[in-house]
Formats: sequence, C-alpha cells, structure tokens
Amino acid sequence: MTEPASAELTVETIEEKLQKFLESRTKQTWDPDADLFKLGVVSSLFAMELVVFVESTFGVFVEGPDLVLDNFRTVRSMSALVMRLRPGDPGA
Amino acid sequence: MTQAEERAATAAVATGEQPLIKCLVWDLDNTLWGGTLLEDENVEVTEAVRQVIIELDARGILQSVSSRNDHDHAWARLEALGLAEYFVLPRIGWGRKSDAVRAIADELNFATKTMAFVDDLPSERAEVAHHLPDVRCYTAEQVLELLGLPEFTPAVVTVDARRRREMYQAGFRRKAEREEWQGPDEDFLRTLDLVMRIGRAREEELVRVEELTLRTSQMNASGVHYPVDTLRSLLSTERDEVLVVSLTDRFGPHGPIGVMLIEKFALVWHVKLLATSCRVVSFGVGAVLLRWLTDSAARAGVHLIADFVRTDRNRMMEVAYRFAGFGDHDCACRSALPAADGVQRLHLTPARQEPPSTMRVLAPELRVRGSVEATWATS
Repeated sequence: MTEPASAELTVETIEEKLQKFLESRTKQTWDPDADLFKLGVVSSLFAMELVVFVESTFGVFVEGPDLVLDNFRTVRSMSALVMRLRPGDPGA
Repeated sequence: MTQAEERAATAAVATGEQPLIKCLVWDLDNTLWGGTLLEDENVEVTEAVRQVIIELDARGILQSVSSRNDHDHAWARLEALGLAEYFVLPRIGWGRKSDAVRAIADELNFATKTMAFVDDLPSERAEVAHHLPDVRCYTAEQVLELLGLPEFTPAVVTVDARRRREMYQAGFRRKAEREEWQGPDEDFLRTLDLVMRIGRAREEELVRVEELTLRTSQMNASGVHYPVDTLRSLLSTERDEVLVVSLTDRFGPHGPIGVMLIEKFALVWHVKLLATSCRVVSFGVGAVLLRWLTDSAARAGVHLIADFVRTDRNRMMEVAYRFAGFGDHDCACRSALPAADGVQRLHLTPARQEPPSTMRVLAPELRVRGSVEATWATS
C-alpha cells in the first residue's frame, strides 16, 4: 500500500484518501476540519486503525512526540502530519 | 476404530498431544437423525443421540452442523425437534464440508486440531481429513461412544463451561447487530446498555487476574506476568490497588475483561500494569479506563505515570496511552518511583474528564480506602 513516489502526494490527495477511509470506517462523511474525537471517547482500536492507516498508506512512521491525539484530530491535522513526515521531505 | 487405535487415542489425549475437542461438527442425514430429510419430512432423532448432544453441551463442548440440505428446511426440522438451540454457526448448504469445518473453526477462533467432525459417509470424512488433517473424524456408529472418549471428557467442568455456548451465542447476536447497524459505531455502542464495573479484586478473583496478565498480548502495556502470590501480597497493602474490570450489556455478561495494578505515592499514582482483553477492544474499554483513571487522579490531586514496555504486539496500548495525553515530558514526580531498566515511563498531568456517553462506569473512589463502587458522574 506504500506510495511508490512520495512526490505525487499532495495535501488534496492525502485528504481525499483519509476521507474515504473515515467514511468507510465510521459510515459518515467528514469535513477536513471536523473534530473526529469531539463526539466522545474513541476506542483504542479505532485510534490504532487510524495510525496504521496513515503509516501504511503514506509510508511514514509516527512515533513519540508525534504520536498525540492532536495530530489525528482532523483530516487536516493528519495531512499536515503526513506532509511533515513523508520521506524525502526537505524539511524533515 | 480398532482397540489398538482407541488405546493410542487415549494415550495421546492424556499426554496432551491430542488436545480436548472444543467443537464437534455434525452431519444431519443418517448421522444426527435417521434417514434423509429430502425423502422424509419427519426424520427423527433417537433419545440416545439427543442425550449425547445435551451432555456434550453441558461439558462446554460447542456443536455445529455441516449438512447437504436446504438451510431453512433443515434448520426448521432441528427447531421442531427442540435441538436447534444447541448448535452454533450451522453450515447447511451444498459446498464442500472441509470448507464448512474450516469456516466454523475460523469464526470461533479455534485451531483445527480442537475440531471434530462426524458423518456417516466415508467420502465426506475422507474429504475433510484430506484438506484438514488435524480435524478428528468419527463415523455415525461412533456417536453413542463419544461421551466415553477422552478427547470429549474435560477433567473439570466449570460454571463457565456450562454457559460457554450461551456466551458464544450472545456474542454472535451482538456481532450480527453491529454489522447490520448503519450509523456510526458510537451510536451502536449506546444501544447496548454497556455497564463497565471497576472493582477492587477479591481473593477469589486472583486466578482470573493472573490469566489476564498472561493472555492479553495486544492490550498489555508492560507484558509483565503477575503470579497469584504476588497479586495476593498487593491486596493487603494500603498503597497498592489491584483492580478488576468487567463488562456487561443487554446481550449478557462479557465477564472479567481487564486488570489494572496501581501503586499510590503521595504525589503520583504509578500504573504498573494495564491489560484489557482483545475481545472488547472495539467497545472502547481501554480508552474509557484511561479516562476514568485520569479523572480519579485529577480529583485526588496527583499525577500519573504509566509503565510501558514495547512488544511486537502491543502498539495499540501505546497509541491508547499517548492519545489519552500520556507522554515523555519531564516532571519532578518521576523521582518518586524506583528506577526500572527497559521500561518507558509515560507521564500525565491529569485534568478532570467527562464520563463517556457510550457506557455507565461503576467504580470505587481510588483515593479513599475501602470505598464502595458508585456511578462515575460529573462533579
């Protein structure tokens, strides 16, 4: 599932994939700025699925200080995390 | 079976080479009942066969069906005979029987060496044996001997064993409703009337607590095994808390599903172990527990430090801790704890938390010794 060329990743394509995943998993649609955790407690299973989906789909590894709820709170915060962590990123 | 084969089988079970059977899959025509349903609407089950079914059930051995028939037709006959309730995950249709047995084993999460299959037709037994060599196959003539065989005779029949089939059936109903549910998962959880009870462990619960520290590999934060004697010694101190977590819903009890060991220092509570059963992870049990603990610590005015030891299977637990706000930050309270090599110490400065909307939580007030359990509520 890892993207062959990270150069093809844009914020738009990342967010589209995240939204598609979230919709299949939660049976509802999500705006890029909607708070996934606002409705209540998210199960550890869902949290884990989210982390694993981000890692395996975009070829990044999320660890330590990056592995915090705020980075996974919205589609937008996840795309920002991926853009920051993706391999070959000059700022990484 | 010849006598020699029978003796060999007995020896194999006694030495543990051949584990006890956990599920027996029945053929129907000319095996469970006399004759074939397509030729005789009113096939009958002998009283002796009925007793075998009832007794295997009482021993905690699950039973299923693999039969070449029309499903509704055959199931209606089992119901009319008063036997349908004894069978889980029936596979009645026209496919290969080895596929049926494999699917039943997969769904139950049983190894095929704990599965058995009984069928009057040598061709069906051969087909199953060919694709699933670990499955033990029996002829229709052997049905009345099954109760005497060692692989169908557990050494002890526990209360849990007698209720095993009902717990599985409740689990299947729960799962089916969840799969049919069209809305968000969280709304489904609210329909379950979930009640999570967190209680101080009693002496008679320690064996189950030990088991939980051994078995819960995905949701075990430190992978440490706590033997019953160690746990018992913790019960008598003022500083230590051994907490057992159980869960029930409208389908029935899930039984004990989690354990937490906490040592309470003046300024910090040290969570030495948090483990929850994988069976209930999708109910958000781990996250709710951490949230309750965070609120309890905030009310007591103490910080939290949790031990975490990474294994190749427990990343979910790390995600749960970090998403609950636990992290690597420095804090003076860390010095209260004795040093431990190879253990990650995740720290949290707790803030008050709202109770979850998905379940009711019954718990003691941790800062008060001997406090009774009460519903976790705001304020």
